[in-house]
This record gives sequence, C-alpha cells and structure tokens, in this order.
Amino acid sequence: MLKYILKRLGIAIPTLLILIVFSFVLMRVAPGGPFSSERPLPPQVLANVNAKFGLDQPWHIQLWEYLVGIITRFDFGPSFAYTDRTVNDIIMQGFPVTLTYGAWAFVLAVLIGCALGIAAAVRHNTWLDYLAVGTSIGAQVLPNFVMAPLLVIVFTLWLGWLPGGGWRGGQWPYVIMPVIALGTSYMASIARITRSSMLEVLSSNFIRTARAKGMPATHVIVRHALKPALMPLLSYLGPAFVGMVTGSVIIDVFFSTGGIGQLFTNSAFNRDYSVIMGITILLGALTISFNLLVDILYAWIDPRIRY
Amino acid sequence: MVLRPIRVQAAADPIDVNDANYEVSTKARSLWADAARRFFGHVPSVISLVVLILVALFAFTGHFFAVWSNAEIDWSVLGNVRVAGAPSLETGHFFGTDDLGRDLYSRVVQGSQISLMVGLVGAGIAVIVGTLYGAVAGYFGGRVDSIMMRFVDIMLSIPYMFVLILLLVVFGRSISMLFVGIGLISWLDMSRIVRGQTLSLKEKEFVEAARAGGAGHFTIILRHIIPNLLGIVVVYATLLVPQMILTESFISFLGLGVQEPLTSWGALISQGAGTVMYGTLWQLLFPLFFFIITLFSFYFVGDGLRDALDPRDR
Repeated sequence: MLKYILKRLGIAIPTLLILIVFSFVLMRVAPGGPFSSERPLPPQVLANVNAKFGLDQPWHIQLWEYLVGIITRFDFGPSFAYTDRTVNDIIMQGFPVTLTYGAWAFVLAVLIGCALGIAAAVRHNTWLDYLAVGTSIGAQVLPNFVMAPLLVIVFTLWLGWLPGGGWRGGQWPYVIMPVIALGTSYMASIARITRSSMLEVLSSNFIRTARAKGMPATHVIVRHALKPALMPLLSYLGPAFVGMVTGSVIIDVFFSTGGIGQLFTNSAFNRDYSVIMGITILLGALTISFNLLVDILYAWIDPRIRY
Repeated sequence: MVLRPIRVQAAADPIDVNDANYEVSTKARSLWADAARRFFGHVPSVISLVVLILVALFAFTGHFFAVWSNAEIDWSVLGNVRVAGAPSLETGHFFGTDDLGRDLYSRVVQGSQISLMVGLVGAGIAVIVGTLYGAVAGYFGGRVDSIMMRFVDIMLSIPYMFVLILLLVVFGRSISMLFVGIGLISWLDMSRIVRGQTLSLKEKEFVEAARAGGAGHFTIILRHIIPNLLGIVVVYATLLVPQMILTESFISFLGLGVQEPLTSWGALISQGAGTVMYGTLWQLLFPLFFFIITLFSFYFVGDGLRDALDPRDR
C-alpha cells in the first residue's frame, strides 16, 4: 500500500512541477512583455518596473524564485495588470464563490446520480429506468454552456423565479442555477455508470445466493450490492471533478458570479500572465491531488488493485 | 528427392465457377462488409448518419441559398432587431439577424463549417498521432512502453483546458492556434486504447509469421498491426469528433477561441446566450439546434459503429 502511494506520488509531483515550469516558460516566451503597451514606457521606467518584479534576473533564477515562492510561502507573486494586488489576493477573492457552488454541484450530482442509477437498476425496464437512461443520454449533449442559457430562458425570462446572474454573497436564489447548470451533465453520467454497474452486480452469483437465503430486498441491495456497484463510480469521480473545475469557468462567466473562472477569463483578456499562471497552477494542483486521493482510496477499498 | 508443388486440377472441380449462383453463394463477407450490414440494420444509427450528412451539406452548400452574406449588415433592422430582425422568409433572414444586424443564417452556415472542421481535424490528428504512438509503445513494450505511456499519463493529469487557454493567450487567439492546442491533447486517450489493443495483437500468429518472413519492426507495425486496429480506431475517432467540437465550443463560448469575423457554434451560442434577456431567442436556438443534433448524431453513429465493428460486446 505504502509502495503504491509512493508510486502515485512519483507521478503526481513531477506532473505538478511540469505544469509549473511549462506555464512559466510559456509566459516568458510570450511575445511582448507584461509592460509593453501601445504607448511605450520610457526606458528608465521600464527598467525600474522590470527590476521591481524581478524580470531583469536571468530565467532560471526567476523560475527558481517562483517555485520557492509557491512551495514555501504559497505565494504566486504580484499581478501585472492590477499592480497594487497580488495574485493571492485575486484568487482569494474568487475562490470561495467557486468553491461554494462547485461543492454543492459535486455533492448533489453524486447523491442524486447514485440514487437515480441505483433506482433505475433495481427497477430495471420500468418507467424509472427509462427516465434515468433518457436523462443521461440527453445530458450528454447538454454541457454546462448549453444548460446555463436554457435555464435562464426558463427560470428568469419565462417564469421570473430566479435572478439571471450575480452572486450577492451567495444568497440561495443566486446559487441555484449555477449549481444545476454545472452539475446536471455529471449527475447524468454518474447515474449511467451506477446503473450499469449495479445491473451487473445484481445479476451476479452472490446476490442470487443472498436472495435465495431469503434476505429482504433492501438488505441485499444496501449490504451486498452497493459496495461493489459503487466501485466503478469512484474512478469516475476524478474526471468529474476536473470537468466541474473546468466548467466553473463557463458558469462564472455566464452568471457573472465573480468566481475564479471569471477572474481567469478577465486575466486572459488583459494578458495578466501571473494571474493566469497562478490560477492554472492552483487548479492543476487541486485536480492532481484529487485524482491522487481517488486513486489511493480506490486501492484502499478494493484489495484487487495492486501494482 | 525433389519436392514439387502440388497442382490442384481445376478440371476435376465439379462446380462450375462461372455459374452466377456459385459466385453469390460463396462470396466471403469481409469484416467491413459484415460491419456495414450490421450498422445499416440499426435504425437510430442510420438516421443519425443521415442527419450528419444533412448538417454537412448545410455547412458546405448552405451559402448558395443565402440572401445575405455573413459580413453584410442589414441597416434596416438595426435598433429594432427584436422585431425587424426576427426570422422571416420575406426579409431573406431565414434565421433572423444577430445583434449587429448580420444575417444569422449565413453566420450559422459559417459557424457549422468551422465547428465541423475543428471536430474532424482534431479527430484526424488523434487518429494519426495516437495510433502511431500507441502502436509503437505497445509493440516494443518494456522500457520504451513505460516511458512513452508515463508521458501520456502525465499529460492526461494536467487540466488541459487551462493549458489550452494559456496557449491561446500567449500565442494569440487564432483558429490555427486552436487547432494546435486541440491537436496536442486529442491523441492521448487514443494512444492508450491503441496501445492496449497492440499488446494483445502482437502476440498473434500472423505477427509471428510476418517476423519469421523477415519483416522489419516498422513494416509489421504499419502493415500488420495498424490495419487490425482500424475498427476500434474508427469507433473511437467517431466519438472523439463531438468531444473536439465540445472543446472548441467551450473555448469559443468564453470568447477565447475563434475570433470575428469567423465564428463557430460555440461563439454563436455565446452571443445568443448573451442577448437572451432581450427576447431574441432565435439567436440562441438556431445555433444550439445544429450543435445539439450534430453531437447527438455523432454519439449515436459512434455507438452504432461500436456495435457493428465489435460484436463481442453484444
């Protein structure tokens, strides 16, 4: 087990380092420095600004400083576009918003998806099953950037129930549509995966034995079928998490929630490289650690996984 | 003793090979003919294929029927797009106009072209690079395999959407950069699938026979391994096209992908979604319609192909 964890760490840590170095190099080869503008700065001012941000140092020293800053102080450096703020300030402003609706969307997608999948498998070939299958096929072609405007049409334009955007400190009317728009397609995928693995488990021999012993149906499902049926789901949670983190960019931009995705796109338009890098690395680290966690969890729960 | 080739005497053959019935009854069905028969027997796949052909026809011949070009601005609807810019046959704006008074029909035609191109080119790169990469890794195995696949693992665990956006920001937002960025990531999954298949294929007798016959490594890969992988590659490539279209639309929805005057489904959906509150729903619904039916059809065709080419799964 320890060997396996070390081996997975041996992939995760280089990946993160590669991501950091890659984004750093990209930022440095970008045509035009962060301070080249329509109206060129006087050479002395430019030199001063470059010195302030350490841009006059050789590459490898800059990279080293950047790495040390991230690892020891969790410091992503100053923002180039908003010179009075650091990247950390900007991230801290947007991250809680994204985390709020992202966590809701993730938890609800997993809970509802599982429930729907299990129900569909237990009631195989009934209207409930067809509903679950229909939803999951439909949601495959309704990604978040399609869901979001459709939700706004229905709930804001036609029904007038919910505000079409904004955040207001996370009051619940402002949270509902982001959560639905972000979570639906993953909910559907989770339902599909759970359904098919549950169907497979329910037709296996040990379930028949349990039934033959005269065990109540709920007991068979909860005690015997649930654990093996949810195993394939666990390996989907990694990609689902990554997808939701990525999808939050769309949600933030469309609903103007002020989350990290909106900051990311704004910085992309401003060419605020240090913010883009900071967010890329932060979200990269988040997804890599989540995948690591899922893999370790998987190996811990399922003793058949050994490398 | 001299070995002589054994001659089969054709004259002794009791069946007349020129008889038409003989030809028909013994004609061997190839894997592909068999697959085609299964595919065309599956109604949803055939309908989806027809839909895809219609969408492609719309994308590449639709401009012949347009009254307005995609760049022209209809000054008469400006300021009153909500009423005057609505879809109508009389004004020649079949799908209405967008917020700037441009003909939405022409824009959707153009957007469909670009989105389909992105999907096909992305999948094409994945097929070429991913197949070769995976086949080489799987065929040679050992250290080569573990280094090559470790690289793929690392690439796969990087959140590529952010890296793609980073690339677009650094090297400028252009469609060629988008192609490069999508091409960089699209082949990863394909290479894994191909490698897995190659691992079992290379142990087969025909590979051994080829090796005994003196074929070099790359001849074996190109002439014996890859042709046997084509089935799974075709299936996966079909499923990859909608993924590429989704990726492109995602980026273009954010305004970071295709730039004006070019457009794509994602960009059109984004513009339509931005004006939804003004009651100009057609600006969202027309591009959305083409987007959804195309994705749906690709998934169904992919599923149909999988059933047709890989009967073991049934």
